[in-house]
Amino acid sequence: MSARDALRVSNDVVLALVVVTALCFDFTNGFHDTGNAMATSIATHALGPRTAVALSGVLNLIGAFLSLAVAATIASGLVDTKVVTLTVVAAGLAGGIIWNLLTWLLGIPSSSSHALIGGVIGSTLAASGGHAVLWKGLVSKVIIPACLSPIIAALVAAVGTYMLYRISRSLTEKARNHGFRIGQIGSACMVSLAHGTNDAQKTMGVITLALIVNKSVPSTSNAPFWVILSCALAISLGTYLGGWRVIRTLGKGLVEIEAPQGMAAESASAAVILLSSGFGYSLSTTHVATGSIIGTGLGKRGAEVRWNVAGRMATAWLFTLPSAALVGAGAYALAHVIGGTIGVVVDLIILAAVAALIYVRSRASKVDHNNVNAEWTGGGAPTEQPEPAKAA
Amino acid sequence: MSWINLQAIWKIVVFGLVLGAGLPSLFAVGLFSLSKGPRQTATEGGDSDVVVGGNPLGILAAALCFLIILAAIAWGIYEVYKIGHPAAK
Repeated sequence: MSARDALRVSNDVVLALVVVTALCFDFTNGFHDTGNAMATSIATHALGPRTAVALSGVLNLIGAFLSLAVAATIASGLVDTKVVTLTVVAAGLAGGIIWNLLTWLLGIPSSSSHALIGGVIGSTLAASGGHAVLWKGLVSKVIIPACLSPIIAALVAAVGTYMLYRISRSLTEKARNHGFRIGQIGSACMVSLAHGTNDAQKTMGVITLALIVNKSVPSTSNAPFWVILSCALAISLGTYLGGWRVIRTLGKGLVEIEAPQGMAAESASAAVILLSSGFGYSLSTTHVATGSIIGTGLGKRGAEVRWNVAGRMATAWLFTLPSAALVGAGAYALAHVIGGTIGVVVDLIILAAVAALIYVRSRASKVDHNNVNAEWTGGGAPTEQPEPAKAA
Repeated sequence: MSWINLQAIWKIVVFGLVLGAGLPSLFAVGLFSLSKGPRQTATEGGDSDVVVGGNPLGILAAALCFLIILAAIAWGIYEVYKIGHPAAK
């Protein structure tokens, strides 16, 4: 085998590793975000917890095929694609996955898109310096939408909530809740669909970027079919497993939700997400869903928004981009120092070890479909555990 | 490229209110019409969770509301598909 062939083979190994890592990210994206679509339906008992996550998984799968608009634009507008290498992509993904897992452990619904973007920007910075990052694109396409989208969603949800209670005020509470619970099934499905059209696309974009970098496909190529299919499957499998910790925070932590509020929040989320992708605005489904839920607390007289929980989330949002960037940069530096295929492999082994550690840690205070709706007592996981949580 | 795309934000707010708050309001109107009728279990206090009141006109109006919502959703999904697959115009 000539040296050139050896290089080619080693590149293909790295490419395969990057694709697998990207699918792992997509998987964490799915289970981190199940709550965006289904938390309010689970909280109001419109859907059983397991039915909800299964339905959401299927709709994410369909949504992933429904629109391919976001996939083409995700990476190209943020970093200079000419300087991106497979190692940069792998390190960026590592940053995104670690941040997603950490916030899941804490039950904080942070943005998976920001985790991914932050990771890739961090590794690009480490690889080629500040000139390789398109800062203006970052501000206008990521940071400004992140500030505006929760406010718009909250406004729509608050107006919707006010209208729903006003129109249905002659109904008894039981009849009203019954009716809106049925409506909620429809609105929750729309959010899941919208999530598939948005978030599955982001991983497709990253894998396509890796294929372009490796010259496996021409630089103008769209996502190949196997990429679309595998991303759709990864995100829907992740969704099906359900990020119960995040579901709990969104459904029980922010606002105590009744069925009309749930429907208003979901409709607002679905409309804002779908419209934004339609108008070419990429945004985080997490920010929109959280904004909607806060809005629904503002729109109902007497409802209380737990601003301390909201504040904790907002803090996590501020840290998402820089933290994921820091991990991404560190991962790149490590892979670069070791060099070549081995560097990437070492990165991914460390990533797997950290993931396993976080998983083990999460078992100490388990949240699943059995206790997801338990009374909110301040922390993420319910305190009335059958067995005492192990000390850290 | 400007920093803030005001054109898009303005549209997202207006269409967001029409679709994201308007459609569920229409659903509420449907429930309200559905509750009208001789069997006023849904409006007369009571402990029942039955919404249907039994007035044929009310049921018809409700069906109309729900149909408009379904049509709007179908149209929305079609639009998303059209934008996402430019070749399928």
